[in-house]
Amino acid sequence: MSDTSMRPAPEVHAETHLDAAEVERLIEPSRQSPGKRAVNTVLRSREFSILLVLLLVIAAATIKTPSFLFSNNGWRDLLLTPAILLLLAVGQAVVIITRNVDLSVGSVLALTAYLTGKLFIDLPGIPIIAVVAIGMLAGGFLGLLNGLLVSLGRVPSLVITLGTLYIFRGVMLSWAGSDRVNAGDMPPGFLDLGTMSILSIPVLFIVAVVVLGIVGYYLYAHRGGREMYAIGSDPDAAVLYGLRVRRRVLSAFILSGALAGLAGVVHAARYGTVSSGAGSGIELEAVAAVVIGGVAIFGGSGTVWGAALGAILLVTIDRALPILGIPDFWQRAVVGTLIIGAIVLDRVLAARQERKLIEARDEA
Amino acid sequence: MATAHTGVPTLELRDVAKSFGAVVALESGSIRAEAGSIHALVGENGAGKSTLVKIVAGVHRRDSGELLLDGESVDFGSTAESKARGIAVIYQEPTLFPDLSVTENIFMGRQPTGAGRRIDRSAMYAETEGLFERLGVHIDPRRLARGLSIADQQIIEIAKAISLDARVLIMDEPTAALSGVEVDRLFAVARSLRDEGRALIFISHRFDEVFELCDTITVLRDGSYIDTLKTADTNVDEIVALMVGREVGDLFPKTPAPVGQAVLQVEGLSSRGVFHDVSFEVRAGEIVGLAGLVGAGRSEIARAVFGVDGYDSGTVSLAGRVVPGGNPRAAIKAGMAFVPEDRRKQGLVTEASVAHNVAGVIRSGLSKAGLLTQKAESQAAGPWAGRLEVKTSALDMNAATMSGGNQQKVVIAKWLATNPKLLIIDEPTRGIDVGTKAEVHRLLSELANDGMAILMISSELPEVLGMADRVLVVCEGRITADIPRAEATPENVMRAATDTLEAQR
Repeated sequence: MSDTSMRPAPEVHAETHLDAAEVERLIEPSRQSPGKRAVNTVLRSREFSILLVLLLVIAAATIKTPSFLFSNNGWRDLLLTPAILLLLAVGQAVVIITRNVDLSVGSVLALTAYLTGKLFIDLPGIPIIAVVAIGMLAGGFLGLLNGLLVSLGRVPSLVITLGTLYIFRGVMLSWAGSDRVNAGDMPPGFLDLGTMSILSIPVLFIVAVVVLGIVGYYLYAHRGGREMYAIGSDPDAAVLYGLRVRRRVLSAFILSGALAGLAGVVHAARYGTVSSGAGSGIELEAVAAVVIGGVAIFGGSGTVWGAALGAILLVTIDRALPILGIPDFWQRAVVGTLIIGAIVLDRVLAARQERKLIEARDEA
Repeated sequence: MATAHTGVPTLELRDVAKSFGAVVALESGSIRAEAGSIHALVGENGAGKSTLVKIVAGVHRRDSGELLLDGESVDFGSTAESKARGIAVIYQEPTLFPDLSVTENIFMGRQPTGAGRRIDRSAMYAETEGLFERLGVHIDPRRLARGLSIADQQIIEIAKAISLDARVLIMDEPTAALSGVEVDRLFAVARSLRDEGRALIFISHRFDEVFELCDTITVLRDGSYIDTLKTADTNVDEIVALMVGREVGDLFPKTPAPVGQAVLQVEGLSSRGVFHDVSFEVRAGEIVGLAGLVGAGRSEIARAVFGVDGYDSGTVSLAGRVVPGGNPRAAIKAGMAFVPEDRRKQGLVTEASVAHNVAGVIRSGLSKAGLLTQKAESQAAGPWAGRLEVKTSALDMNAATMSGGNQQKVVIAKWLATNPKLLIIDEPTRGIDVGTKAEVHRLLSELANDGMAILMISSELPEVLGMADRVLVVCEGRITADIPRAEATPENVMRAATDTLEAQR
């Protein structure tokens, strides 16, 4: 037996009854030209489908009411409204990619939003950038607590963060009571951020997109990011590989907390008032956005780009459905259908891909 | 051999020991793996091979003994440390990340980076292509790991080891799931790695492969080093004798019992890819041992007989009546009982009380008007637990806190409460200390005396030889031998468990 006899002939896949192009895409992507590969990747991505759905929703609402898009307010709201959820979804996506979940982000948002108001009241003249930094640090600290409990206590994150959801909210309630921060308590320069635009693009949206870009780049091109995917894909294998699993999971939770903190500051700037109920239930919207955006709920695959598009889609649907004359109840049902549809689609596509891969292998 | 021997072996273990609680997994493991050599590590199930590998890999920490790498004493606290020192392990079931590309799987954790610590993907792909070319395989570096055959997954693991520039490569039964062509490809790769001067350790039950590939053989038995031989100077018979050479003590007090009518009759049972054309019978008062190597299909046959798993063809009948397949409830009703291998997972509700567990299977018979009282459970459980001498202070103690031996007895008690005609028991004494082992054996012997038919699966050869009236040997999903008690020896059972591997290939 010699080495050369073992090398399969290159035309080995020629006679499969699977579509040859499909086989090539699945098991021999390197045979495609880089351009074709890129086009294939984009066209077949979940992100692309979500973008199409989003454009459809916007088009439908605009046809019905042109001011949905073609007015200063319409354009601004389209970008401004999703900013908070977008930040949360980016953090949530990172956590879910590591096969965890962070349900405490709504409560973290409430705490940091209230903290923002308190800082302006107690320390008049504090620079805005310092408030943003403090908000993110505070959120990051709460995320650290979550991460420590999850990675050291070896308790499922669903349970831990469900607990901290209530604990953080409880802290908020006893701290704020029936008190609330009002627009008058905060400097006008800060509140202006909530409505300000640069080149007709709202500042808060720019902030969210910059965060998205940094996190997306890190996940794609840095070892730490790739290791997060690996951990979510198979935690046991990650240990055998010698990856620092705990450290990566901890950083995912810190990031999610810090982004929830930033979202809290943004919340204060955008709405001008903070009550103890701020951000209630938004954690589930964040999870929904991530799932709709194509991040596998058991980790290991998906992108923050998808999660961000999912967030924009959720918020836009929420605004578009009343315009399209769909009653309140059905609006909720539509969101629910989207979530279930996204998960079912994931399962079906995964099963189909697995079957095709095995067929391609058997015929090879 | 391409590389000349130096005085110092690449990897050496001297008298390495490891225990898990009271169970000694490795008593004194020793091996010397030289550069430029393929070293076989052989031994029966439970001889300590896997434990030895896991100690070298950094999964377990040794309790005592020496671990030397290039003559220097080392101590690995994690897999990362052992990897960093150039040790790569390829497990029987490779562990890859299915959602990531083949290339990412190879380089995970140590990807080549460029400016700003950005991962240099094109360099990574190019290097992977180089690796595959060198290994003479055709796998696309960009494809996902999901859907790769086991053979290809192993190639990925080997590529990983080479890219790490591993000096020691350990393969733990790599050929178990491979076809002939795939085995040849793997061996060609292994030989070329040997010629590069790496040290390889190859674990296998297939003697033909061991003799074809390896130049040195080390035998482990019962967790201890037995001997190291040059392949050229030995033969299969000598190795088998070394592997099993031990006295079958009278630790297992099987008393002869009158053998009655056939209770279980299995005919032509087949399940594609798992087992083929399995026929045997178990008579009342008889203990039939199902021996074979781990993975030969013994547990799968038992699970199919009991109906946990389905089968494609064949019949199972109990006391002359055909039992429908794939239906454990029907099997229980017909009079079968099944004590599975992993009692914590499959046999015992560990968070529930003993009484609750024992009464579990007969609950429908105990309930009155659909209500089940604790009193009824305790009444039903009492006599059985008493007979089995389950040492729990009270029946309402939690099963999770009991010793392995007592847990096993609770599981057996649970099934005896159904008054079965046939008891199938998989690895009855795994993880049980020696004293309790004898008690479990005495119990099985008593049950046979009472006229119960018992089918016992065991990986421990002395247990099979000591307890069974007849030994059925399973090899790669087929029954290859049916040996009566008087004729059964460690050698002929071991031969039957491995021989046909050679005959078939």
